[in-house]
Amino acid sequence: MNYNWNWHIFFEPNPTGAGTYLDMLVSGLWLTIKTALLAWVIALIFGTIIGILRSLPSRTASWIGFGYVEFFRNMPLLVQLFLWFFVLPELLPRAAGLWMKQLPNAPFWTAAIGVGLFMSARVAVQLAAGIASLPRGQKQAATALGLTTGQGYRYVLLPIAFRIILPPLTSEFLNTIKNTSVAITIGLIELTGQARAMQEFSFQVFEAFTAATVMYLAINIIVVTGMRFLERSLAIPGYITGK
Amino acid sequence: MIEISHVNKWYGPTFQVLKDCTTSVAKGEVVVVCGPSGSGKSTLIKCVNALEPFQEGQIILDGIKVNDPKTDLPKLRARVGMVFQHFELFPHLRIIENLCLAQEKVLGRSHGEAMAKGEKLLERVGLTVQANKYPAELSGGQQQRVAIARALAMDPIAMLFDEPTSALDPEMISEVLDVMVDLAHEGMTMMVVTHEMGFASKVANRVIFMDKGEIVEDALKTDFFGSPRSERAQQFLSKILSH
Repeated sequence: MNYNWNWHIFFEPNPTGAGTYLDMLVSGLWLTIKTALLAWVIALIFGTIIGILRSLPSRTASWIGFGYVEFFRNMPLLVQLFLWFFVLPELLPRAAGLWMKQLPNAPFWTAAIGVGLFMSARVAVQLAAGIASLPRGQKQAATALGLTTGQGYRYVLLPIAFRIILPPLTSEFLNTIKNTSVAITIGLIELTGQARAMQEFSFQVFEAFTAATVMYLAINIIVVTGMRFLERSLAIPGYITGK
Repeated sequence: MIEISHVNKWYGPTFQVLKDCTTSVAKGEVVVVCGPSGSGKSTLIKCVNALEPFQEGQIILDGIKVNDPKTDLPKLRARVGMVFQHFELFPHLRIIENLCLAQEKVLGRSHGEAMAKGEKLLERVGLTVQANKYPAELSGGQQQRVAIARALAMDPIAMLFDEPTSALDPEMISEVLDVMVDLAHEGMTMMVVTHEMGFASKVANRVIFMDKGEIVEDALKTDFFGSPRSERAQQFLSKILSH
């Protein structure tokens, strides 16, 4: 293989005129983090609501939950982003569609919301499973004490269910971060986008993607460590994984 | 206090769990409900505070119709204590927090008031030292005493017990029964599903015997143990009292 390794490339000025190649990658990294965090917040909020709906005895509620989950988890993420970004503005009335297309940072908002909703279906399924795993008596005990359904969820069912599903939720958080890279297809120049740009400008493909890999690895290790810490601090003495 | 009249309940279209059940519990009375597994005893007691819905008949609790859609069920349930077979303490809350939750969220007591009440009741069931532990750190007997204290913290007008000692080691049964006997002597209205015939003969006023969803026998304690009228109750008694 005839390849000129050049690890100093990171400190050379990039062609945009604003800083070095490393600065490019770091700005991509920040955008990845921002997109992933917003997407994760959306996934948690909608996932919680839909997860609760799926666990309620009401037929209507579980049908809404079922429809939502199947809609968002049965379509590839890439197709969903295209739908939100290219198709939705065309379906709306002209003025609204135009407004959407001209939104500043449209790729960022589309990516965060798109990835967030996609992931929320997965969070919902896990939360519903977590709630279903609780003994039926827990809900009955809360009800018998006079707590309303909402209070029962707020003070009893959700605090336990979330503790149970923390380990799989960690995986979903990591997936959220990794899935933001799909947003490159709608023009979001996040970490993967910047790595590709660097490769196109400098032809140092291995260096660019090695750096991107290391950066993804670094944020994911931080997330894993943080979630471990959270799991430990929330562990219930004597219960499940508690010590 | 508790008026149960002509209650019929089905699971699904064909399986009838309660057949025309009629009985009552007067203020200050202790009524023991016994019978073989699957006879509907637990279901009946859970109908009293509407944890289980029923299709026909009515239950009136302290003058309020339980199966009236207009009844504020959470408010009504808060006035009736319930103790479950598997304790159903909230595992993520400390013992004292288990006692305070519903006092604060349902009755609107201040944290100070709730704590004072909780501590007093823990002392009463002899568990003051365990106040800051978590349920999983306590023995079954201790957990069940906490569950009784949690129900008493709501100042209930009546107490329902659903096989409170069935899940306990033999050694721990008496510590729970002692608390219940004291409660009965204080004049608490109690409806107790149990196989503890010793408890029944000691404190019950009446004994109800159920089989296949029907109230087969509803008699004063002395009559029940002395000469049960139905053959089924005779068989049941001879089997459980033979050892």
